[in-house]
Amino acid sequence: MLTEILISGFGGQGVLFAGKCLAQAGMLAGMNVSWLPSYGPEMRGGTANCSVCLSDEQIGSPLISEPDILIAMNTPSFDRFVNTVKSNGSIFVDSSITDRVSDRNDISCRYIPTSRIAQENELSGMANIILLGKVLKNCKDKLGGVTFETLKDSLEHIIPKTKSALIEKNIQALMLGMA
Amino acid sequence: MKGNEALAEAALRAGCKCFFGYPITPQTEISAYLAKNMAKRGGTFLQAESEIAAVNMVLGASASGVRAMTSSSSPGISLKSEGISYLAGSDLPCVIVNVQRGGPGLGGIQPSQADYLQATKASGHGDFHILVYAPASVQETIDMTFTAFDTADRYRIPAMILSDGLLGQMMEPVVFPDIKAQITEKPWSCCGHKNERKHNIINSLYLCPDELEKSVRDRFEKYREIEKTCTDAELYLCDDAQIVVTAFGATARIAKSAVDIARSKGIKAGLFRPKTLYPFPKKELNNACAKAQRVLCVEMSMGQMVDDIKLALECRISVDFLGRTGGNIPSVKEVVDKITFIGKE
Repeated sequence: MLTEILISGFGGQGVLFAGKCLAQAGMLAGMNVSWLPSYGPEMRGGTANCSVCLSDEQIGSPLISEPDILIAMNTPSFDRFVNTVKSNGSIFVDSSITDRVSDRNDISCRYIPTSRIAQENELSGMANIILLGKVLKNCKDKLGGVTFETLKDSLEHIIPKTKSALIEKNIQALMLGMA
Repeated sequence: MKGNEALAEAALRAGCKCFFGYPITPQTEISAYLAKNMAKRGGTFLQAESEIAAVNMVLGASASGVRAMTSSSSPGISLKSEGISYLAGSDLPCVIVNVQRGGPGLGGIQPSQADYLQATKASGHGDFHILVYAPASVQETIDMTFTAFDTADRYRIPAMILSDGLLGQMMEPVVFPDIKAQITEKPWSCCGHKNERKHNIINSLYLCPDELEKSVRDRFEKYREIEKTCTDAELYLCDDAQIVVTAFGATARIAKSAVDIARSKGIKAGLFRPKTLYPFPKKELNNACAKAQRVLCVEMSMGQMVDDIKLALECRISVDFLGRTGGNIPSVKEVVDKITFIGKE
């Protein structure tokens, strides 16, 4: 099994962080993982994306050209990547940031106003983790060993102990996404 | 761990005591990691005023007998080439890291492999070679950093880790090998003779042609030994392969995925991946191509390795090329399509 996940949005939305959580969770579950960020001009111009591969076998290309799962957190990301998603793939869109809707009928599309949900729950800035929760809820069979538990462990690994309040908030956001 | 940070940590564990560098994307995490950690681990980190200063500081540190490293990305490596030639001419071991980006000129900051010829053929003026290692994963970046320091010391030769923006920036799980750095005695080093021995001289200037010729010929004896013992390559599904794809570094991973897909379509494809670019694994390539009718060379350049492949095969097999450049990365699909196309010919 190889699952390719592309996360894309504005700089500051936690795109790279969400990818890191996912990759770390996969690693904790004993899978082969890779995480590749955009570091080029697009990052400097405000949009960022990262490619996360989860696999039972050795990972070939870490660069994803046709993702199984796309998380799009703004309009440019949606426009750029929606037609690259594999047939039978899934997209998760932050509909409080973009009102774009896909006309593809070979993929499953979910439009969730995650930034608004985050704000309403005093979790602003954590739309990224809410979206991860959504992915976990809807694409379980594609994520191998990545579960709520491994994601929780991975958050505890990545967030420094000095910011432990943030760990709680991120776990809350994750649960909110899964609800 | 990020490729660049893993490389920096591996250098520390390999006993690197001095690092001199100058920031440039996409290699800066190496400097940043060492700035943070090197002093704590008993080494010296210094951000030089330029790439040229940095490489010459490496020359000084290496002459004093310690393990030293510098790193940069393509344009910065061009600046270092004078120093690299001096290091080679002085028979000094060191590790030089090139996290390649698109060129020529300032080029771009995205991954590239367009410094293959510079690294393997023209890393400076004069008759010389340097060892060139081409890792394809973060783990291999670590393993090769250890090997580079050890082999550089053994043969008193500069070694280069030829990485690229993709390998430097990506994160993968890694395991640091549980080995102690093999620090060899360096009786030739200039570290103070305390009036107990004759003083050592480290020099690359020979005004008498006969003396210079002798020093170069002696060095080429060493290269012959290196060419016999230091080659390394990965052969993947080559035993019955009719089409052998050749690729190094990050591109080899893309090629490997493509080979798997080609196999699933019934095409007998294999992958040959040189891990050392100098010395070039000629024998290994010929073994990989024992059954091959066609060879496809895939690179992030305009085809800089193609000539080495043709020479090693003595042009017995026709060699096709697929490349992207300027910071673009060939996709698995592009490689599969090309393999399929060749397979039909």
